[in-house]
Amino acid sequence: MADSQAIKAPSAVQERQKRADMRRNLFYIALIAIGLVAPFVAYPVFLMKILCFALFACAFNLLLGYAGLLSFGHAAFLATGGYVTGYLLASYPGLTPELGIIGGTLLATVLGGLFGVLAIRRQGIYFAMVTLALAQLVYFMFVQAPFTGGEDGLHGVPRGELFGFISLRSNLAMYYFVFAVFLFGFALIQRTVHSPFGQVLKAIRENEPRAISLGYNVDAYKLLAFVLSAALAGLAGSTKTVVFQLASLTDAHWHMSGEVILMTLLGGVGTLLGPLMGAGIVVSLQHVLAQSPLGNWVNVILGIIFVVCVLSFRSGIVGELTKMYRKNFK
Amino acid sequence: MTMIFGVPLAVFMGQLTLGLVNGAFYALLSLGLAVIFGLLKIVNFAHGAQYMLGAFAALLGFRYLGINYWLALILVPLVVGGFGMLMERFLLRRIAHLDHLYGLLLTFGLALIFEGTLVNFFGVSGARYATPEVLQGGLNLGFMFLPTYRAWVLVAALAMCLFTWFMIERTRLGAYLRAGTENSELMQAFGVNVPLLITLTYGFGVALAAFAGVLAAPLYPVSPTMGSSLLIVVFAVVVIGGMGSIMGAILTGLGMGVIEGLTKVYYPEASNTVIFLVMILVLMLRPAGLFGKEA
Repeated sequence: MADSQAIKAPSAVQERQKRADMRRNLFYIALIAIGLVAPFVAYPVFLMKILCFALFACAFNLLLGYAGLLSFGHAAFLATGGYVTGYLLASYPGLTPELGIIGGTLLATVLGGLFGVLAIRRQGIYFAMVTLALAQLVYFMFVQAPFTGGEDGLHGVPRGELFGFISLRSNLAMYYFVFAVFLFGFALIQRTVHSPFGQVLKAIRENEPRAISLGYNVDAYKLLAFVLSAALAGLAGSTKTVVFQLASLTDAHWHMSGEVILMTLLGGVGTLLGPLMGAGIVVSLQHVLAQSPLGNWVNVILGIIFVVCVLSFRSGIVGELTKMYRKNFK
Repeated sequence: MTMIFGVPLAVFMGQLTLGLVNGAFYALLSLGLAVIFGLLKIVNFAHGAQYMLGAFAALLGFRYLGINYWLALILVPLVVGGFGMLMERFLLRRIAHLDHLYGLLLTFGLALIFEGTLVNFFGVSGARYATPEVLQGGLNLGFMFLPTYRAWVLVAALAMCLFTWFMIERTRLGAYLRAGTENSELMQAFGVNVPLLITLTYGFGVALAAFAGVLAAPLYPVSPTMGSSLLIVVFAVVVIGGMGSIMGAILTGLGMGVIEGLTKVYYPEASNTVIFLVMILVLMLRPAGLFGKEA
């Protein structure tokens, strides 16, 4: 009797795990299906904007939600990706968009390495201040550099032909490319978070001294997480430039670094889907407000959402929903 | 004409004064940040907005209530500081038990609200605030022309910095504050009203920012965004100096102002960025900051 239970117990656990995995896979498949149908329901350019910012927020969330590092300078990576891609595509007409995007992403990655090496020398609150100051430095460089077009920004970046033969001029083709880029980024983050590397990051977030005493090279883990996050933020910026055919100083401004924090916080820090949802809500809100009489109050409203989130909604929408689900159905 | 490294002495001294005046603002603001950080352990992201509120309070007080500059210099820090105390009592205290990053995010949200609201009413172009008559004009020192108001700002800001240093290092209240910075739970156990101390400290830090704002009003255009870009530079100054010591904050602030002023003379293209570059250098050579205590 006792024996049969001992054999049965693990299989029950496995069974439950299997079912949970299946549910999750079904959920992802449903999401992908929604993503595939979406451009026939909503305006593709609007959806692409959401996807670009969602990827940006996911990249930021990898750092804050899983490594516990609050960067206040992620706008620098978004803008670097955008400017470099824009510059490459505008000045070398033969270049295909994916090469331009790879170029922008690479430079954002290098910048992420530089930021990371400097910023991880300080912790907590100083980390936020250092990244903010470095991003401001990058902002001033973009203001002064000859290739960025200063206050006007870069305009008329050609979308070109993907791999040399798929024209991205139609918004539908562009949308599916952006969707693919987003899925790639999302899958990479999902894989990272559930990998042993991701587990060590969480351990560092929870208790850094213990992680050090267990023999982990904490700085190396933090740096790698920072670089990965910067690279994906750069990818988001590069893709955004191809979609909108422009790169501007707005992306480099510290307001942008604040916005991505808000998206992540609102959707749910440390949840995979939170940043996607947060980006969707913030971008939609800006879109709706811009056309309403409240258009001038966007920043005030974002500020109020910030305050409300911090005071009483810290798990974000996805976090709160998960809590509710666990309480009522388990 | 006397030249210093190929620059006329008058120009050199002019930029040096300008740098010192900017440095005095950096010192006042980073001092306020350090005082707040010491006890509350949060970075007050609304500091720039509170500085801006100080300048606006002076401007509007003059315009609608006829409050003159000297009265504003006393009243505005009290009013804005009192407003800060309300912020601490009703908002910051509710998240005091959480990770201190939430304090940063909350004050950032508040800064967005203050800035955005004022932008709606006053635009971003900025208004002028008249320099009080006594302080108009300037002194001809022979080798340079020293605008009286700049000299006054330098004196007033330094006096305020020294007053703060005296309050914290030489009075009983300051001793409580220092003890609270070391171990606030123990202080509470000794019967000190720590929550009240925290409210007062935050109010004082905010009042310092507002005082700086009033001083700045006749010098720079008073605009809703005047605080935010300044605050980022002040953050860099704080990273350079470390928030461990009062004197450290004052010296670093002045020093960075001077370096910025001199950069304007010799390599104007880098004057926006030089403080950030110094920060990078300090992070590489002495990560804890020039006066920092933490490892």
